[in-house]
Amino acid sequence: MLTGQILTGLAGASVLFFIAAGLSLIFGVTKIVNFAHGSFYMLGAYIAYSLTEAFGASGLGFWPSILLSALAVGAIGALAEITVLKPVYKAPPLFQLLVTFGLVLIIQDLTLLTWGPEDRLGHRAPGFSGAVELLGTQIPSYDFFLIAAGPVVLGLVWLLLNKTRWGILVRAATEDREMAAALGIDQRILFTGVFFLGSALAGLGGALQLPKGGADLMMDLTVIAPAFVVVVVGGMGSLPGAYVAAIVIGLANTFGVVLLPQATLVLMFLVMAAVLLLRPHGLFGQPERAERGHAPGAGYPLAGKTEKAIWSIVLAGALLLPLAQDDFVLVLATDIAVAALFATSLHFLLGPAGLVSFGHAAYFAIGAYAAALISQQIDGPGMEIGLAAAPLLAGGAALLFGWFCVRLSGIYFAMLTLAVAQIVWSLSVQWTGLTGGDDGLLGLWPSDWADSRMVYYYLTLALSLAAILLLRQAVHAPFGFALRAGRDAKARAEAIGIDVMHQQWLAFALAGAAAGLAGALFIFSKGSIFPDEAAIPRSVDALVMVLLGGVGHLAGPILGSAAFTLLHDQLSRFDQWRLLLGLVIILVSILAPAGLSGLPAMIRAFAQRRRA
Amino acid sequence: MTLTRRQIAAGLIATFAMGSLALTSMHRTAHAADAIKIGEINSYTSLPAFTVPYKQGWELAVEEINAAGGVLGRPLEVISRDDAGKPGDAVRIVEELLSRDQVDLIAGTFFSHIGLAVADVAKRQKVFFMAAEPLSDAMVWSKGNRYTFRLRPSTHMQASMLAEEASKLPAKTWATIAPNYKYGQDAVAAFQRLLKERRPDVKFVAAQWPGLFKIDAGAEAEALAAAKPDAIYNVTFGGDLSKFVREGSLRGLFKDRTVVSLLTGEPEYLEPLKDETPDGWIVTGYPWYAIDTPEHKAFVNAYDEKFGESPKVGSLVGYNTFKSIAAIIEKAGSTDTEAMIDAAEGIEVATPIGPITFRKSDHQSTMGAFVGRTAVQNGNGVMVDWRYADGADHLPGPEEVKHLRAAN
Repeated sequence: MLTGQILTGLAGASVLFFIAAGLSLIFGVTKIVNFAHGSFYMLGAYIAYSLTEAFGASGLGFWPSILLSALAVGAIGALAEITVLKPVYKAPPLFQLLVTFGLVLIIQDLTLLTWGPEDRLGHRAPGFSGAVELLGTQIPSYDFFLIAAGPVVLGLVWLLLNKTRWGILVRAATEDREMAAALGIDQRILFTGVFFLGSALAGLGGALQLPKGGADLMMDLTVIAPAFVVVVVGGMGSLPGAYVAAIVIGLANTFGVVLLPQATLVLMFLVMAAVLLLRPHGLFGQPERAERGHAPGAGYPLAGKTEKAIWSIVLAGALLLPLAQDDFVLVLATDIAVAALFATSLHFLLGPAGLVSFGHAAYFAIGAYAAALISQQIDGPGMEIGLAAAPLLAGGAALLFGWFCVRLSGIYFAMLTLAVAQIVWSLSVQWTGLTGGDDGLLGLWPSDWADSRMVYYYLTLALSLAAILLLRQAVHAPFGFALRAGRDAKARAEAIGIDVMHQQWLAFALAGAAAGLAGALFIFSKGSIFPDEAAIPRSVDALVMVLLGGVGHLAGPILGSAAFTLLHDQLSRFDQWRLLLGLVIILVSILAPAGLSGLPAMIRAFAQRRRA
Repeated sequence: MTLTRRQIAAGLIATFAMGSLALTSMHRTAHAADAIKIGEINSYTSLPAFTVPYKQGWELAVEEINAAGGVLGRPLEVISRDDAGKPGDAVRIVEELLSRDQVDLIAGTFFSHIGLAVADVAKRQKVFFMAAEPLSDAMVWSKGNRYTFRLRPSTHMQASMLAEEASKLPAKTWATIAPNYKYGQDAVAAFQRLLKERRPDVKFVAAQWPGLFKIDAGAEAEALAAAKPDAIYNVTFGGDLSKFVREGSLRGLFKDRTVVSLLTGEPEYLEPLKDETPDGWIVTGYPWYAIDTPEHKAFVNAYDEKFGESPKVGSLVGYNTFKSIAAIIEKAGSTDTEAMIDAAEGIEVATPIGPITFRKSDHQSTMGAFVGRTAVQNGNGVMVDWRYADGADHLPGPEEVKHLRAAN
């Protein structure tokens, strides 16, 4: 029994390690948070499925098929890097994440078109299709193969990185990108090579798990969170760390299944949170080095006359919208107002405070559930009290969780916020007595006076606008300047007496409160709330909106949320809408690397060049 | 020059803001004035393995209905949309179907939470909603409403069919494994309760809850084996099921143990297993290859002719959903919501697997499922020794339903 669990955990850890190693390599060198890494894993599984179905009957066909799949995925990864990532390397940090999100969408649809909707069961590995009896337990012999494959791949990659010239260059670039560039290392070739290797490792993971499972269309999104967890627990950029972390997570999973069968949803995230609280840079990670010549982030000057004029026109348009006499326009506009507030609250962290949150959905959901429960308990002004209480409760929760999160920085901060969001999500799923679990809470419609779509639209517009203006005020207040100081030069800010961590903590709470209000406004427009609102896609959508709009301008999140909501609504009418949406997102990223809000400045610069 | 720059910037943003309005208005398309419009919504991109066959099923039904002259002399027109697996999106789309497309009724949905969200909108807007696939018992009981009807046999019904079979087994100790979300929890709770009613002597010795589509199959199999149960009740499906079957078989978990397994006989989940289909599991499902009534053969042939493949359960559900809608409108004589509700309550509809009735008490159809054992034939997983379990035999009576729907 114990032996069985340990060996099972180790076998699972190997596959996880292949994927995480690739992710860690890519992040270490390029600093790209690659959401598409899970998609490469899925491609590896599907390509290997096709190859092994054709040639996999004997070992002579099977193993080359696995290797070939990994190489093919490596080539696809390198191709993606050359075509769509290269043009956005000069964009602000994190912007590349938007492109990888576009890739996820495109690969999802292309995989469906190529392999069809059915789940595919993987071919068994020739020579490893049986089980071995060990201490009274039957252990699949393929598990032993996987357990051995983990250290072998770790060793090979280690040799590649430590004993070849290419590997030394990769390590130099991981260590200090600018210095490596200054010494004449051609980063373009290096980056493409790293993408090839990283993607090939993901593809190898997908191909090697075939004999234990198969290929299906959901494996891209189910693997990406565990892969990030492993990378972060191990320490970003550390391969041995990733291996140790994969084993820790693998064993935690297998023993958790026995000891706490109900905890499968959060176990991994609890482990990660615990590790990060004890070791803020993971088990083997180094503190992130501030990049030399680090350009200060955006400054957010006060709006000029033109800009104010434009906003007046937009606001007037928004106020006159009911004249269109089309209820659906109001429904859509309400959705946009909610999304704009949510995105603005995330932008407040991302932009002025320089804090990247992967788990902002937590506060959206806490606000939403708070408002829902209050409005169900109170007859009469339930909605009104719910709307008032939501930002307070969400802000309170953000104050609590933020205290832990702001102790970390960079990607570690982002992953701790994700862990918190996953804990909130699993509570909303499993605390059935309070939240209704997956069946959610229903019948949450506005009070009678606000029941018409027009009134509710105006209510949403007014509250969103007020909260957005408040956040804008905060950016322009000394508080906002202190945040920017902490973001751009932490040591100097502290030297002049700014308690950076304290400021960030308050910013986190303020952003959480605003997100909570957005959540509350959301549910009364939809009538129901489900755990989905705390789940990863909700957080990712907000990130995409902020990046699409541009981090460098306060108008960014508003433009981004409007563009994303409208695009999604329009494109979802087509069968292959994910493909289209992905292409549009990538196209916009390449054409407007400062986001939509950066376009006017780009055009101005372009016009000036023309005149010169 | 300054003016030009400003104009460019202003123009850009203003165009963007206002263009959005124009863009959304463009979609108002003219439809044949006399068509009956049905707004259809489902999770086409997030769960294609089930929803694509479903869509083909209803497309076949609509084609047949329109070829026969439509309903009330009017053709059916279906406006089909993808909800991306998000309840918030689903609600927005329903609002659009109602206000823009002016549909006469709403149909579809797969995920239970999306079904519930749409049902709540139907209740508020007083619109007829034919839920096709969501399995949650709440759809028709604790959160059921006057405007919502459901076609597919629910979690409770399918669990009840299996509990009946399980009670005939000598097994005394049981272990359960189910995905860690509402459907899994409901399916286990219903099975435990119904089996204990028939067999007070059985004991449940272990309960495993893998995350949905995140199963760690080896570990789960080890944990189940450690509890040494006489029999296992399985609720996992899709990719989780394949992994569970493979690990369990290799580790000898299913040796000398009976497994009772929900939905496993459905072609969607059985076909991928091919020759690794476990032998002798007691399952609910759909043996389309072996049902030889003339109605069913006609359905299989028509489906094969149109799509070049065999039907899945989703296909049957999609087909029956739209045949039911047509029958309801025919009986109602109009597309008035109240008239359709009156017509639907107690209506009997002919389907390829026999007549079904939409119960007046809870708006659940009596469409049943097939219960049998799994086997491998010619390298493919099939169901053998099956029988049709009528849904009516696995639903509570009107008195109990009144209690279950008390909240409404």
